[in-house]
Amino acid sequence: MKKILGISTLLVVICVATSVMNPQFLTAYNLQNVIRWTGLFGVISIGAAFVIITGGIDLSIGSLIGLTGCVLPLLIMQHGWSAPAALLVVALLGLGVGLTHGLLITKLKLRPFVVTLCGLMIYRGLARWLTGDQTQGFGQEHETLRLLATGKVPLPFVTGFELPSPVLIMLALGVAAAVFLNKTVYGRYMLALGRNEQAARYSGINTDAMTILAYMICSTTAALGGVLFALDFNLIQPAGHGDFYELYAIAAAVLGGCSLRGGEGSIAGVIVGIAVMRVLYNSINLLGIDTQLEFTIIGVVILGGVTADELVKRWAASRRAAAEKA
Amino acid sequence: MSSTTPLLEVRGATKRYPGVLALRDVNLSLGPSEVLAVIGENGAGKSTLMKVLAGIQQLDAGEILLDGKPIRIRSVQASLDLGVALIHQELNLCENLDVAANIFLGREPLRHGLIHEARAVEASRKFLQMVGLDISPRTPLQQLTIGRRQLVEIAKALSINARVLIMDEPTSSLTQHETENLFEVVDRLRERGVSMVYISHRLGEVKRLADRVMVLRDGENAGEISKQDITHDKMVGLMVGRDVSRFYDRHPHPAGDVALAVDQLRTRAHPGCRLSFQVRAGEIVGVAGLVGAGRTELLETLFGVERPLGGTIKVRGEKTRFRAPREAIAAGVALAPEDRKQHGLILEASVEENIGMAGWFRHRLAGGFFNRRRQVADAQAMIEKLNIKTPHARQMVLYLSGGNQQKVVLGKWLALAPRVLLLDEPTRGIDVGAKEEIYHLMDRLAAEGVAILFASSEMEEVLGVSDRVLVMHQGSIAGELARSQLTEEAVMRLATGAEPVTVSNL
Repeated sequence: MKKILGISTLLVVICVATSVMNPQFLTAYNLQNVIRWTGLFGVISIGAAFVIITGGIDLSIGSLIGLTGCVLPLLIMQHGWSAPAALLVVALLGLGVGLTHGLLITKLKLRPFVVTLCGLMIYRGLARWLTGDQTQGFGQEHETLRLLATGKVPLPFVTGFELPSPVLIMLALGVAAAVFLNKTVYGRYMLALGRNEQAARYSGINTDAMTILAYMICSTTAALGGVLFALDFNLIQPAGHGDFYELYAIAAAVLGGCSLRGGEGSIAGVIVGIAVMRVLYNSINLLGIDTQLEFTIIGVVILGGVTADELVKRWAASRRAAAEKA
Repeated sequence: MSSTTPLLEVRGATKRYPGVLALRDVNLSLGPSEVLAVIGENGAGKSTLMKVLAGIQQLDAGEILLDGKPIRIRSVQASLDLGVALIHQELNLCENLDVAANIFLGREPLRHGLIHEARAVEASRKFLQMVGLDISPRTPLQQLTIGRRQLVEIAKALSINARVLIMDEPTSSLTQHETENLFEVVDRLRERGVSMVYISHRLGEVKRLADRVMVLRDGENAGEISKQDITHDKMVGLMVGRDVSRFYDRHPHPAGDVALAVDQLRTRAHPGCRLSFQVRAGEIVGVAGLVGAGRTELLETLFGVERPLGGTIKVRGEKTRFRAPREAIAAGVALAPEDRKQHGLILEASVEENIGMAGWFRHRLAGGFFNRRRQVADAQAMIEKLNIKTPHARQMVLYLSGGNQQKVVLGKWLALAPRVLLLDEPTRGIDVGAKEEIYHLMDRLAAEGVAILFASSEMEEVLGVSDRVLVMHQGSIAGELARSQLTEEAVMRLATGAEPVTVSNL
């Protein structure tokens, strides 16, 4: 919990500052919106965290969101598949992509950066080719299915505010991921191999299998994210849907305390990290700051956050080293 | 002053790091053409003292005199200008440049503002000759072995007219031949009037080279030994500050059943060699040999890191074919690897986690859940059993000394109660006190019936702890020596291939 104290404070500061400067921030409509976006991006960030914790990277998340976001309406609307069958295909697509990435990285020893960069291009191209670059969507149909992403769940004793369903999906996923990562031997294997893969292998850990599993988790959550984004948007541009989303996911993981060197990170941190970015994005809008500056501001905040974190860590390490020696 | 004025003198050197006194009132004097060995356990202050001389660190108190005159060494450049050069443990050369460019790095001879390569090459020849390197100055550095790179570094020091060379563990990664060559260079430089400070853990080398030995202990002078009095026991005695006659403390153990049987094993590193030998329960078998003889490859193959090309490995009678370390571990085989920091430990994890790691799967709860209680108990037991000096079990291994780090590696395996324990250079880079503890531990484990196979480059240790020694030469087992046949000469004869393979296996 200590580790996410800094980022949580940042989140609170941004929320308070924004609501002081523009009370609209606290309206139910706005909050529900921010929370829904946090849920959608949170799902893919949780998956990305697994890969980052093993010391890898996945640049293909956005393209896979694009591909799955196109395949789902394509199968349902144009090929008349049932929703469960189409969802199953999308899930298998995610698992298969992750498996392929993992195998290439562990068995052929290719660099994760290269493998997933190629994935980024391949899946984007496939999405555009499969759809003939035509915008996809569900029109006015499948309202029940779309509730997965657009639905709201009323809270007991609260009126005027309902919890958007994506955030519930994210929370469920987050709890499962956190339990897996911290309480099972497999999650601990991932943390161990992220810090020193060789030592983990020499200690009897099946490092290849764990790495593959991490990429499968990442791609499968990306596919799930792709489904949710598609259901939410209902207008999916094959050429641009999901573009750069991997960067949000990676940035959230880093903000949340994951080290890109691997071996460090918490699911709670990642969720707070993505919340910071969504709130920031929202406050840029609310405060009337030029939206063209959106990326610049998010970039500066992340850079500042990571710098402060690093400085604090160094300060703590030198204090600790001095204390040990005394 | 008289002619006995030391070339370099340090008086009352005191250096404080946050929370620790690294040097306390240390004195050092180095005469002209003298080789002074500085020895001491890890953390005794050797490196700090050398860093002060090389201008990397500044003293808090005390003075340094060169030719009897007080000097201030404020930077590495200042130290070089004064003729004092430090040859680092990790070499500071650029692999992508050639030898001449490395020698003159930062001081390139110029013509019209451009590098005058011909002059650099010409000037390099002289210095290469002085260190006995018969190579072209245009050779790219990456084509040279570690030993030769070190000589290039010395040549570089000579090129700035260094009068004092400080060598920090110069032989730690050299082969036997390269080491011999370095010794000759040291002798030659001494004749030419260069003084040297020689830091080494290898006491045999110190005996061979030093004109005088200075011992540091806990940041203070612990004593000096003049040339005629240098003995192994005396050096160790001053380093640890007590009698070390029971250093190895061997007890003969009755050997039990065959725990590890290797037949016609072919490793990837030496596909042409077939290895056959056995280790019995309760036996400590040493594997001696020169660097590159194939000892590490043998142990790694036995542990499943590398797959064998052929032959059979039987663990307690069962034929095995390990595809990964986890299968070896499941069969009761453990390896404390040569490169502790890369392969043995997760430095940025706690003592507890490092000890528990290999047992996570074995001790998992239903559903694959992590058994923290078991890990805490195992870690605590090992910290006590192995006397691991750590403030608490949650301490990061990074902050432990080399000896305690090695004990953590051993603790990881002992928590799983292995039947076959493979140790690769078990005491490399750790201090004398911890060495002694590890030898005693090996003795105790053998008494409990563990079969121990250990590879070591330290002759003293091979002779001291082994019940039996396999000597490797160029990938094959050149011979086997029983306890009664064990002498330094016998091992070296086999290790250097001076004796044909006549000794039969078992």
